[in-house]
Amino acid sequence: MDLNFTKEEIAFRDEVRQFFKDNVPPETRRKLQEGRHLSKDEMVTWWRILNKKGWGVSHWPKEYGGTGWTSVQHFIFNEELQMAPAPQPLAFGVSMVGPVIYTFGSEAQKKKYLPRIATVEDWWCQGFSEPGSGSDLASLKTKAERKGDKWIVNGQKTWTTLAQHADMIFCLCRTNSNVKKQEGISFILIDMKTKGITVRPIQTIDGGHEVNEVFFDDVEVPLENLVGEENKGWDYAKFLLGNERTGIARVGVSKERIRRIKELAGKVESGGKPVLQDQKFREKLAAVEIELKALELTQLRVVADEGKHGKGKPNPASSVLKIKGSEIQQATTELLMEVIGPFAAPYDIHGDDGSNETMDWTAQIAPSYFNNRKVSIYGGSNEIQRNIITKAVLGL
Amino acid sequence: MDFDLTEEQRLLKESVDGLLADSYDFENRKKYAKEKGGWSKAVWSKLAEQGLLGLPFSEEDGGFGGGAVETMIVMEALGRALVLEPYLATVVIGGGFLRHGGSAAQKAAHVPGIVDGSKTLAFAQLEKNSRYDLADVATTAKKKGDGWIIDGEKFVVLNGETADTFIVTARTKGGQRDRNGIGVFLVPANAKGVSKKGYPTQDGLHAADVTFTGVEVGADAVLGDPGNGLPLVEQVVDDARIALCAEAVGAMDESLKTTVEYIKTRKQFGVPIGSFQVLQHRAADMFVALEQARSMAMFATMAADFDDAKERANAIAAAKVQIGKSGKFVGQQSIQLHGGIGMTMEAKIGHYFKRLTMIENTFGDTDYHLARVSDGPGLV
Repeated sequence: MDLNFTKEEIAFRDEVRQFFKDNVPPETRRKLQEGRHLSKDEMVTWWRILNKKGWGVSHWPKEYGGTGWTSVQHFIFNEELQMAPAPQPLAFGVSMVGPVIYTFGSEAQKKKYLPRIATVEDWWCQGFSEPGSGSDLASLKTKAERKGDKWIVNGQKTWTTLAQHADMIFCLCRTNSNVKKQEGISFILIDMKTKGITVRPIQTIDGGHEVNEVFFDDVEVPLENLVGEENKGWDYAKFLLGNERTGIARVGVSKERIRRIKELAGKVESGGKPVLQDQKFREKLAAVEIELKALELTQLRVVADEGKHGKGKPNPASSVLKIKGSEIQQATTELLMEVIGPFAAPYDIHGDDGSNETMDWTAQIAPSYFNNRKVSIYGGSNEIQRNIITKAVLGL
Repeated sequence: MDFDLTEEQRLLKESVDGLLADSYDFENRKKYAKEKGGWSKAVWSKLAEQGLLGLPFSEEDGGFGGGAVETMIVMEALGRALVLEPYLATVVIGGGFLRHGGSAAQKAAHVPGIVDGSKTLAFAQLEKNSRYDLADVATTAKKKGDGWIIDGEKFVVLNGETADTFIVTARTKGGQRDRNGIGVFLVPANAKGVSKKGYPTQDGLHAADVTFTGVEVGADAVLGDPGNGLPLVEQVVDDARIALCAEAVGAMDESLKTTVEYIKTRKQFGVPIGSFQVLQHRAADMFVALEQARSMAMFATMAADFDDAKERANAIAAAKVQIGKSGKFVGQQSIQLHGGIGMTMEAKIGHYFKRLTMIENTFGDTDYHLARVSDGPGLV
């Protein structure tokens, strides 16, 4: 047992850290530190910098542009990226549809889509959830019917993150209604510019616009946009969701936020001294730090296990990552609220589009707190995660 | 970075697990508890035969040169079986004082008896008003010729009832809570002026309140520097905390396993109660608490070798917080999920709860260590 990184791993960490230091645009870094949303241009600019360096699709197989890094190197890369802080690669393309395409897609699909994911020529979004299908995703109703050389897609997707920027959407569609619900689903790639697609924004409680409803009204999609086999889409969806086991803990994000909490709590005063000197506050913060340290180690255990024994059999501890990771992220945004106290109240009607620079750093703290309630809901709610532990780990 | 055990460590784990599987089921434990002193000499001899009592000592001192990971392996196994024998008091703490602070002569006098199982030790540290503050020492050691005279009262001395030798903290100078002026002394249990009142503890171990009245010891009784023994005490107590973290993980692990098995078989309303989601999610939360505790117990184990004393103490304090919280949750919910049967002395599950409860209050509880971490250098 050895907690230390090897010399090579430390050298790698230093290289990655230095690269982020030199290359993350300062405005992007500042916005992330303050919990603001980035513009499409800011994100794409950064991802292209990352891709030029050869790190845009780091965990893909080498033949499609991946790096061939070890599990530990991926861990280091992600943590450094989150702590920089810099935008993470667009998960919908890089972590979700990309691996599905190179694992189950046709040669033509690989050739067509993979390079465009890496260069962010295509911005992908995810068409999974529907108004009536959240945790019970397999009950989805959006229908794709064969008609000549086309699929005709009708239905509605929702919670579609950043669909307003998207060029492509990967959709789970019902292609057979006469079988068990999981066995009649297909995985279909759809161009967002196709006639019959309408994107309607959903404003979330923080005032932001991250998610959307996407409506499909007789949308015509070429047959060749089916990935893999017809009616096997549920298998691909499970593969996709199981793919991102360790990144979900977002340890680096929480570490960065704890640094920010300490920085702000060192400035904001209460009773004539910085909040950071208040014993009660310090203990609350320490309690979160301890949880985070434990989570980091749990994640390292999973990473080390994957590195040694492959990804085939997940370490049981991996199911802890989503639950604890989301709870800690939420706890850190709560602590930030505590730091600024009454100054959390002013609401910036301009949102965070950068058009209003009169609001100071406090403006995004409450919205970020509100917004982070999502993290225990998305990606399989924490209650669904407990179901997974119950069945897969405890055998109940 | 590597969380796997080495081949030798794996063999050690197999050997200690095997020994306890053979000799330490819950029925046996009840028998051992009734033996003199509340633990089994026969089991102790077996631990000695397998080299477990000599594990942390260097080879030149007659031991096997095991490190913190080896101790973690043993303590986790002892926690799983709820072992009553005084491994913590004798090998981890007593042995720790000798390893870190003992002279060659002191080691020669005491280590062989520990290794072969013929002698046990006890750490007489807690005082009426000291609570968790290791520097709060009212017991005095006054110089007399080359030697010392010790006066004072110590409480809840684990293994104090049967130990052959006490390791006693006593003030050689300064005020009651000064960091300076604390000495650490080896005192034979049968020395003149030592009196004790033994009793079982809530978790089935045994302890004693020990009074030292004009107890005379020689210069060779002093471990380390009689004027500045606190760093030694802190180091050994940190080792003990690490060991307790591992023991707690073993206890939690077995407690959860036992509980999951129980709710799979216990039927109400015509179905196993483990089919109810409210109980499933409780069990899932227990699993999360256990894994977080396991991670921190590993962290604490590795912190044993940190060069920076502040970082070491900080890491171990953090682990003790996590263990305290997780242990309380797993312990309490294990009882809850067992329902009425969990309340009975007859069922094993309540004994895990009791041991976990006592571990939390040994060498600093959750609040005590949380305050330490909050004053420390930070963890992330």
